[in-house]
Amino acid sequence: MRRLLNLQPRRPLRLALFLAPVAAMLVTYLAFSDARLAENPQDRLLPAFSTMGDTLLRMATEPDRRSGDLLFWLDTGVSLQRLALGVGLGALTALMLGVASGLIPLAGASLSPLLAIIAMVPPLAILPILLIAFGVGELAKVMLIAIGVAPFIARELEGRVRELPREQLIKAQTLGAGTWLTLWYVVLPQILPRLFDAVRLSLGAAWLFLIAAEAIASTEGLGYRIFLMRRYLAMDLILPYVAWMTGLAWFLDYALRVLNRRLFPWYGAEAGR
Amino acid sequence: MSALTLKNVGMRYGDTVVLERLNLILDSGTFCAVVGASGAGKSTFLKLLLSELQPTEGSITLGGRPLPQEPGPERGVVYQRYSVFPHLTALENVCFGLERTEGSALFGRTWGAKRRALRTEARDLLEAVGLTAAADRFPGALSGGMQQRLALAQTLALKPELLLLDEPFGALDPGNKQAAHALLQALWAERGMTVVMVTHDLSEAFTLGTRVLVLDKVREDPHSPERFGASITYDLPVDRSAPPGAASLPPVS
Repeated sequence: MRRLLNLQPRRPLRLALFLAPVAAMLVTYLAFSDARLAENPQDRLLPAFSTMGDTLLRMATEPDRRSGDLLFWLDTGVSLQRLALGVGLGALTALMLGVASGLIPLAGASLSPLLAIIAMVPPLAILPILLIAFGVGELAKVMLIAIGVAPFIARELEGRVRELPREQLIKAQTLGAGTWLTLWYVVLPQILPRLFDAVRLSLGAAWLFLIAAEAIASTEGLGYRIFLMRRYLAMDLILPYVAWMTGLAWFLDYALRVLNRRLFPWYGAEAGR
Repeated sequence: MSALTLKNVGMRYGDTVVLERLNLILDSGTFCAVVGASGAGKSTFLKLLLSELQPTEGSITLGGRPLPQEPGPERGVVYQRYSVFPHLTALENVCFGLERTEGSALFGRTWGAKRRALRTEARDLLEAVGLTAAADRFPGALSGGMQQRLALAQTLALKPELLLLDEPFGALDPGNKQAAHALLQALWAERGMTVVMVTHDLSEAFTLGTRVLVLDKVREDPHSPERFGASITYDLPVDRSAPPGAASLPPVS
């Protein structure tokens, strides 16, 4: 018998091991759902998959009676826009702060400790301040996401810039580059793929801030909808919405990974230096 | 003509003396190899010549003028690692210095006919180091020996007055090392550059150098080893016309 830590599952077994827990969860859900529905067909807590499908289809294809909007697509569009604006704004700010702080010691002397402190502020705790400062419109929600992810990304990039070999910075100077040209031609191009990675890692937090902001002050959006429907115990809508958001989050992560590989083919292949 | 002059140069960090009383006059076109045990201050010596560090005592002049306080295009350097930019192809790596020095301070690049001329120049350099076929590949896809040849081409593009080499072939296997030696010697003979190469490989030093310096401590205090720094203990001219192994010279005082 080989040791457990040396046993490698082959392809069919690997697939089975992945599917087994998923199937177990689905079967468990179905069993409990069926049991509850058999007792009370009106039960809302564990709706059947067909009910969830019907609800989702209705949200996606039938215009809302009051506004005439296709609510599912409206929610998705609005939420993704907030997420993109917030993460984009945060990433751009973080890129400038992180690179300045990491490359230029004079800038780092003031930015580095400041970022360390700001990163400790719980973003949700300043949501009331944002709502007061920017109103309950789009700006407050975008700002919450931006402020939520920027310090993390900035500190990450600062560290990455400092990790660039000292030799490269000296080399750039012997090749005629000053501070600005070194930043533009040596540091920035090497930091961009790391920015993509940092954004990917911060997406989880960005979703959290998005849903929190929508739950508190909004009139549409994925997060708004599930918190609205909570009042009606509408699990037939909440569960597919959660699944949809999970899918979107996974896709964004995947897209960023692919984009990073395409745009920066040299990235990750530096090991042989 | 003296290319590089060191007058009584010393370097100390706090109480620790790393280098002391370095005196050196290097003729233009010399290939100077610097050897010494680990911790003898070879790297510090190179950093002084690069202006990465400023000497705490003495003065250094390059081509008769005081050494600039910051690294610049009058000096080129090839390190053992991290010598080329991983995000640029081989050709772009060679173009780097040409583009930065020919372009404006704001854009640092060139356009049109000038850019094409620079590219041609860079391609010629790649050919000189045998990397024509690898022009569009990233350093990560090149072998260690190819990366070091690329680093040489990149540095030589700006025709530096002084070429500094920091264990440039230390990580290469013997075959690649020999090929790199031959290439470097050919380039040096062709261009008549002044070279300072730091190495811990004695045979490499005597193969390539026309002058070999040995850094070591002259004085030693067993109770506080940091009190005295290394100095030039041997200064050996290598006679290229003599058969190998003929270099046996007395130490300088």
